[in-house]
Amino acid sequence: VTQVRGVTPDRVVGVGALVVAVLAPFLFSSYWIGSLLTQMLFLGIVAASLIFLSAYGGMVSLAQVAIYGIAGFVYGNLVTNGNTKGLNLGWSPWVGIMVGIAIAVAIAVLFGALANRSAGIYFLMITLTYSVIANLFFGQVTDLSGFGGISGIRAPSAIGSVEAHQNRLYYVALVTAVVIYALIRYVVRTPFGLTLQGVRDDPVRMSSLGYNVALHRTLAFAFAGFVAAVGGLLFVWWNGHIDPASIDLSATIDVLVIAVIGGLYRLEGAWLGAFVFVVINNYFQRIDFSWGSWISQERFHTLIGIVFLLIVLVSPSGLIGLWERAVSFLSGPRRGPHDRKPVEVQTAEPSV
Amino acid sequence: VTAVGAQETAARSLRLRARGGRVSTLAAGAIVGIVTLLILLWVLFLAPTTGKFATTFGSAVHDPKDFAITVLNGITAAGLYFVVASGFTLIFGLMRVVNMAHGAFFLLGGYIALRLQRHWVGQGGGFGLTSEQVNLRNWLLPLLIGTALVAASGLLMQQLFLRWNQGQDLRQALITIAISIILADQMLAHFGGVAEDISWPRTFGDKFTNVGSIPYAVPRLVILGIGVGIGLLLWLWLKRTRTGMVIRAGVDDRAMVAALGINIQLTFAIAFLIGAGLAGLGGVIGGSFASLAPGVDANWLLYSLVVVIIGGMGSLGGAAIGALLLGLTSNFSAAYLPSNYTYYSIIFTFVLVAVVLAVRPLGLFGRPA
Repeated sequence: VTQVRGVTPDRVVGVGALVVAVLAPFLFSSYWIGSLLTQMLFLGIVAASLIFLSAYGGMVSLAQVAIYGIAGFVYGNLVTNGNTKGLNLGWSPWVGIMVGIAIAVAIAVLFGALANRSAGIYFLMITLTYSVIANLFFGQVTDLSGFGGISGIRAPSAIGSVEAHQNRLYYVALVTAVVIYALIRYVVRTPFGLTLQGVRDDPVRMSSLGYNVALHRTLAFAFAGFVAAVGGLLFVWWNGHIDPASIDLSATIDVLVIAVIGGLYRLEGAWLGAFVFVVINNYFQRIDFSWGSWISQERFHTLIGIVFLLIVLVSPSGLIGLWERAVSFLSGPRRGPHDRKPVEVQTAEPSV
Repeated sequence: VTAVGAQETAARSLRLRARGGRVSTLAAGAIVGIVTLLILLWVLFLAPTTGKFATTFGSAVHDPKDFAITVLNGITAAGLYFVVASGFTLIFGLMRVVNMAHGAFFLLGGYIALRLQRHWVGQGGGFGLTSEQVNLRNWLLPLLIGTALVAASGLLMQQLFLRWNQGQDLRQALITIAISIILADQMLAHFGGVAEDISWPRTFGDKFTNVGSIPYAVPRLVILGIGVGIGLLLWLWLKRTRTGMVIRAGVDDRAMVAALGINIQLTFAIAFLIGAGLAGLGGVIGGSFASLAPGVDANWLLYSLVVVIIGGMGSLGGAAIGALLLGLTSNFSAAYLPSNYTYYSIIFTFVLVAVVLAVRPLGLFGRPA
């Protein structure tokens, strides 16, 4: 097969997906735009923050949804007015965006600083406690939320009413997703990003070379916190409401499922996984099929659990892994196996 | 830079880092000490009963009886935390498997026992059964069957999915997450979303006894007794039996144990059986003590994680200390925060984890793997 330099199957598919995404409002129904694709974009952003940490830092974090929720709750408390619970400050949305991201990143720094001497599954366990505690915190603290949560959250007036202008929020989410994608791709190529990958592969050696392993992990976590916070703002604009159930264990695991279905070691997997997730979520509820009380329209999470289990058992590198295997199979042995190394799923010892 | 020069530089930077690490550990220790002292002062002498910062009971000096009850509540809650978390830490210590389905197993054990009890005794009134309607057999038998069935489910999960992924700890954690999603959803489908509770038997269900001079609920003492009993049994099992010795050796060096010709797979299966069974047992006790509902599994997964993160993963003594710290922290923060702010008590659980991680990243009794 003759190939033009620089044209790889990955790039063809990537550019094709981007073109479809840009033209989507002309191709799909407004239901798809308003419900499915916008949701896919912001869920993909949160999953991308997780994949960034796991693929380049060796840290599988379950705190991303907590941080996304913190940004959403802060924004909701600052900009709304007239909720029974919450601060009801009624500030400008732009201030809400700034403060929401700032507080979310500050908390990410704290979280990261406390967990930075761990990696792998230790990190998973520690961040899971953050996630559950954040959920309980917003459930209990009625000054900020309480179980009912915060309603009537509006996007900045430039976006306007989300119901009336579905395409606007969609395009904002699309541009944000592309910018976040490019930003992460850039960050991992900077000296910081390269050092982070060194820390992922061999923390002891990096440490003896004089690099501050803990600091790099904390900074990576803070950056991922920023990405997750951006996703959280898009979520509250889209949903107009946030409550503790938006960040409960099930929501936390949903984002992990998205990342794993897509593939834990490639950024593109975030949006691929999110797409599969929202489509299954949406269409499964319409299928008129049941098998006793075990499988029916309402048992969406059973199905997601089974899909998740199959992916983990069959292809730990997710759908992207399947795609890569297919590409290298079709292009024959001349191209050789992909030199990209999957994220280490084996060792995760606590380090120095 | 010559190779020797580079090595010297690296060694110097390591020494510097070690010194810096000691200073920051000292600083962290000092802060922890001061904060602990302030909290003790507040609880013992300062907590008021009036004004903006009024607490429910006031200081320990003002109201020694409620202080003693809070201590007892903390210790008895720790008994249950220990039962659940010891199973988690047993599995983790030996196999490096983070069993994320531990909370779901807890809930499953509780629900099985609840259904069995209702099946034998009847549905009871609008609030379920009362202790008067339940005899000891109708509490003990569901407890044993619930524990056994959850132990069997744990073993099944380990044999079907985890056994052939040995050593890939992230993949195993993801598998247990998938199982927990499916289990939680199926339990919602079959046991409903309404909070229900198992009834204590009338033998001790509504009874009080005097601890010192304070009347105290017997079920809580039973929980503590079960916790201590389980702890002793586990300790004897690990220290005095051959299987226990193999498990301890396996925690230290799995490959060497296998190379000595010991059937480590059998040991793994036993450990998983017992670890999951402890989650089920905890679920039955927890369902009698509090209630069973969707979401309870997340709370108990949290408690297990907190206990082992504090105590050190894989350490039984660490789990006991961790359970005690968690029990005391949650009960004292609920009782001694100013009444207008009690809902902030969850923060103290986080602070507890944060403090331990800051001072000892591997937990109080943790060792590098």
